[in-house]
Amino acid sequence: MRAIFNIALIFSLLRLATPLIWAALGGLFSERSGVINIALEGIMLAGAFTAASVTYYAGNPWLGLLAGIAAGVFIAWIHAVACIRFNANQVVSGMAINILMVGIPAFLGGALFASTGSTPQIPKEQLLTWWVPVVLAFVMVFVTWYVLYRTPFGLRLRAVGEKPEAADAAGVSVKWMRYSAVLISGALAGIGGAYLSIGQSSLFTRNMTSGRGFIALAALIFGKWRPVQTMLACLLFGFTEAVSIQLQGVRLPSGEDIPNQFIQIIPYVLTIVVLAGFIGQSRAPRALGLPYQKER
Amino acid sequence: MKLFNELVFPLIAVVAAFIVGGIFVLIIGDDPILTYQLLLGSALSWPDGIGYTLFYATPLIFTGLAVAVAFRCGLLNIGAEGQLYVAAFAAAWVSIKLGGTVVKIGGSDVNYSWASLPAVLLVPIACLAAMLMGGLWGAIPGYLKARFGSHEVINTIMMNFIGIALVSYFTQYYYKVPGDPIMQSAEIGAAAHIPRLGSFVPGIPGRLPLNMAFLLAIVACALVYVFLWKTKWGYEIRATGANPSAAEYGGIAVSRQIVVAMAVSGALAGMVGINEVLGYRYRYYDGFSASYGFTGIAVALLGRNHPVGVFLAAILFGMLIRGGIFVDAFTDHVSKDLVEVLQAVVILFVACEAFFRGSFNRFGLLRRSKV
Repeated sequence: MRAIFNIALIFSLLRLATPLIWAALGGLFSERSGVINIALEGIMLAGAFTAASVTYYAGNPWLGLLAGIAAGVFIAWIHAVACIRFNANQVVSGMAINILMVGIPAFLGGALFASTGSTPQIPKEQLLTWWVPVVLAFVMVFVTWYVLYRTPFGLRLRAVGEKPEAADAAGVSVKWMRYSAVLISGALAGIGGAYLSIGQSSLFTRNMTSGRGFIALAALIFGKWRPVQTMLACLLFGFTEAVSIQLQGVRLPSGEDIPNQFIQIIPYVLTIVVLAGFIGQSRAPRALGLPYQKER
Repeated sequence: MKLFNELVFPLIAVVAAFIVGGIFVLIIGDDPILTYQLLLGSALSWPDGIGYTLFYATPLIFTGLAVAVAFRCGLLNIGAEGQLYVAAFAAAWVSIKLGGTVVKIGGSDVNYSWASLPAVLLVPIACLAAMLMGGLWGAIPGYLKARFGSHEVINTIMMNFIGIALVSYFTQYYYKVPGDPIMQSAEIGAAAHIPRLGSFVPGIPGRLPLNMAFLLAIVACALVYVFLWKTKWGYEIRATGANPSAAEYGGIAVSRQIVVAMAVSGALAGMVGINEVLGYRYRYYDGFSASYGFTGIAVALLGRNHPVGVFLAAILFGMLIRGGIFVDAFTDHVSKDLVEVLQAVVILFVACEAFFRGSFNRFGLLRRSKV
């Protein structure tokens, strides 16, 4: 066991939890304003692909990161327009964006780099310093907490997600609050994606998020839509992933190896259990998923 | 006039998707017209194009029906992907255990099976196994919703990951032939194979993988229609979907309808396993699904959650998959990922349809259709 729980595991855990934290905080803004964001996965992919491509061409990871944020915001904007302007089913719109973002990077990447959807390797010295986004992620948790619970903007945002009629009656524009929340969500999830391609690895590969957007969503629910708890959930899920990587090839004293699949499903099982109310009550924002139509 | 109402929005969505896709093709420097000619031409050639189109459409008919049944109950089943995986594995498991599978390992025969049933028994049992397992995987989130009120969208997503990981575990540790570098199960017994259409329909070449499961898919469309519109259960499911409070007040056990609808939905998704395992690959192949479960959402939406619409939409998407392969091979830059872009744009447009219906109503151009 000592071979498994060591300092490398902690670093691995931090690296793996970071994209989850960014994406989950993004989801938090969107969902606390009442807009379901299943599109986190797709937004991360957009951020990851754009960041890697721009870094490859410009040779500067910070430009790449900015481009990744811009891509995330743009994709989130599509989701926002569909959900807020056109009252589309938020889950369906999110699913569509996830499918779109499997397609577009592969499509553009295939044409730009003559590959099956991955970008070329980026030289090591042109990557993000790995710990910067990690530290910033934890800073962002407290910024999110502060904004949500200590600023008028946060109060309005939560009001819009709980009782849009009341917020509207108090003179808050439900529409604009939700737009800004979804766009913030795109920026944060975009950073999470960019970190995957130009922080943690050195290129974009097809579907490289491999479900991290959904794990972030699960962490958000596990953390009961609150910033600090969500961060803890991300650390827990990052920990399970780190352990599952460390355990590859490790054998039990009986000579059998430990099935990776069982460790991988821990976050998902936990989420189902929490959602069913077995571990405390997890209550979604009251107006989550409901389009708001101003009375005329 | 009603039919026109039903068709106009899906058509707008498809045309819009082709326009957006065309713009992408232009951006990367290919000719959209030629690309689409190639796409449709290769999908509609006789017999290979049409044969493969229908083959690719078969799983989408099942998943489209699955999503549509859940939709009619007001539920979004994003779990068809996981349901079809566990179901395909169940079909393969039964067909190995009861199909007399014997595997040669290092010169000696190892028996993987308990019994060797004849085809008349084995095929129905394997089909039932797929439907039961898919149904179970759908019913769990249904139950969680009915009992605890937890959102089916989140739970079906989680069940996808869990199901896919579990069958991968069983394949890797128990049903893979030792030494096989591919993550796939041992081959199923020959008695479990269902015939290809080419083997008994004159004019269809035997090389096409199109099989009996396609006919089963057509039957499933008819049965879903009868179930939803001609039976008490179907009526209660639709009533629940239209207005749960009114349904409850009218004496319908809403919680039970939620579980039933999700179980039926899962069973339909599970029938993909029949096409895949009994009709095509004759084994469980890890990661076989090309997102059939998710494409099923697009199929159901585009098909307006009606079996006839689902059938037509599935054929359209089957064409895209078939054509996409040719576009990938025979254009300079366009890859088959164009198909995903088209799919996504279709979903986005159909999702925004309610709004346009609303505003068109205001101008009296279209009547609101009954759901």
